[in-house]
Amino acid sequence: MLEWKPLIKKIVIIALTIIVCYLLQTCIFSHLSLANVTPNLLVIVTSSFGFMRGRKDGMFVGFFCGLLLDLSAGTYFGMYALIFLLIGYLNGLFSKLFYGDDIKLPIVLIAVSDLLYSFVVYIVLFLVKGKFDFLFYLRAVILPEVVYTMLVSIFLYLILYKLNLLIDKEDKRSHSRFV
Amino acid sequence: MRRKNRNRIPSKIILAVMVLVCIILLFTSYVVNFTSGPIHTIANYLFVPMQKGIDYVGNTLFLNSEESKTKEELLAENEELRIKVNELTDQVNNMELSQNELEQLQQLYKLDQLYGNYEKTGARIIAKNTSNWFNSFTINKGSSDGIEVDMNVIAGSGLVGIVTDVGTHYSIVRAIIDDTSSVSSLITSTNDNCIVSGSLKDMTNDNMILLSNLEDANDAVKAGDSVVTSNISDKYLPGLLIGYVTSVSDDDNHLTKSGKITPVVDFKHLQDVLVITTKKETGDVGVETSN
Repeated sequence: MLEWKPLIKKIVIIALTIIVCYLLQTCIFSHLSLANVTPNLLVIVTSSFGFMRGRKDGMFVGFFCGLLLDLSAGTYFGMYALIFLLIGYLNGLFSKLFYGDDIKLPIVLIAVSDLLYSFVVYIVLFLVKGKFDFLFYLRAVILPEVVYTMLVSIFLYLILYKLNLLIDKEDKRSHSRFV
Repeated sequence: MRRKNRNRIPSKIILAVMVLVCIILLFTSYVVNFTSGPIHTIANYLFVPMQKGIDYVGNTLFLNSEESKTKEELLAENEELRIKVNELTDQVNNMELSQNELEQLQQLYKLDQLYGNYEKTGARIIAKNTSNWFNSFTINKGSSDGIEVDMNVIAGSGLVGIVTDVGTHYSIVRAIIDDTSSVSSLITSTNDNCIVSGSLKDMTNDNMILLSNLEDANDAVKAGDSVVTSNISDKYLPGLLIGYVTSVSDDDNHLTKSGKITPVVDFKHLQDVLVITTKKETGDVGVETSN
């Protein structure tokens, strides 16, 4: 039998996290841009929930983060959803290696996810238009974004980790009632 | 007892299904030109009010002390005035341009008025685009305020961009400095047509946008010439100032030229914009205007 209460609680917590990060990214961090770039909070959220909660949750979190981006980007609707879906899934593959108290693996995974996202965007939207100067884009957009995202992720990850513990607690409580 | 036993569908199958959903979304949005449909409703009632709120708070926090000191009424009045100033600057600009060009162009095109006094509505930028690759932003007016897709957006001194997506209370504007943007335009001194396209590379390097396909056999175009939107553009109204030519050079084919333009709008500090509620009329007009 499937218990609804913890599931709903989980969905509410994750949905709120996504919404808050989306608003932070579009409204607050656009005022706080360094070297013309803003950090990619939604990649942090997708990647973190991916390796903390596994492939399925990672996929769904990624899909909805991507949809939000599609909504405000308006180029190819569904592209970001696809990229973030894959990022969430790939990070989910690392969930077995994940131990909560270690911050190194999360940071590395988040950085790699952001790199992956940037590469895909470059290839899909710039390389196909004949803009071959990859080194320039690497230096001006990709690397600053990765570094800034990593910096922010140190703080954001701790918050997400606490939220994840909260979700796990709800899950365990409901399980012990039935077992 | 492991959590995974609860949902029995293997995650690989879920992945495949979700990827398929994304591809269908991409395909339908490409074919039917549908953009986001029902999700617009969510955005309208969920995000836009929040973005407006955060924008309000953010502006009081991040902007200069003048704003944080004043009270609400003064702020509202200030905003009203700022929009008014933008409108007036634009009018003055239009007047200047039209006076310079009127005589010559009246003869050439037999037009009474080139720089039409278009109806405009002021709007405020409430969110920037979420990625570092593109230059588009969200404004706080939508279809309920009479905004439609393809309307031109200007700020005090010149062309900002074009509306690409409209919700009930918000719309998305693509700036002319965006890498995917290109505008058919005209050099005012020589009446030569050219294409102005945005470039992420030149924008980050030296705040410029690109000019190409310029046919200028007499080498008459020089740095400092103003560039406006052309009469033959599909979506942009004629005569909106884009910027000034900074450099021009021959292309490899020696037939056309390309160069760089400094845009007149300061895209980094853009807050209020004006949306022109007149749209460019196209369709079967092309045949009739040839006489």
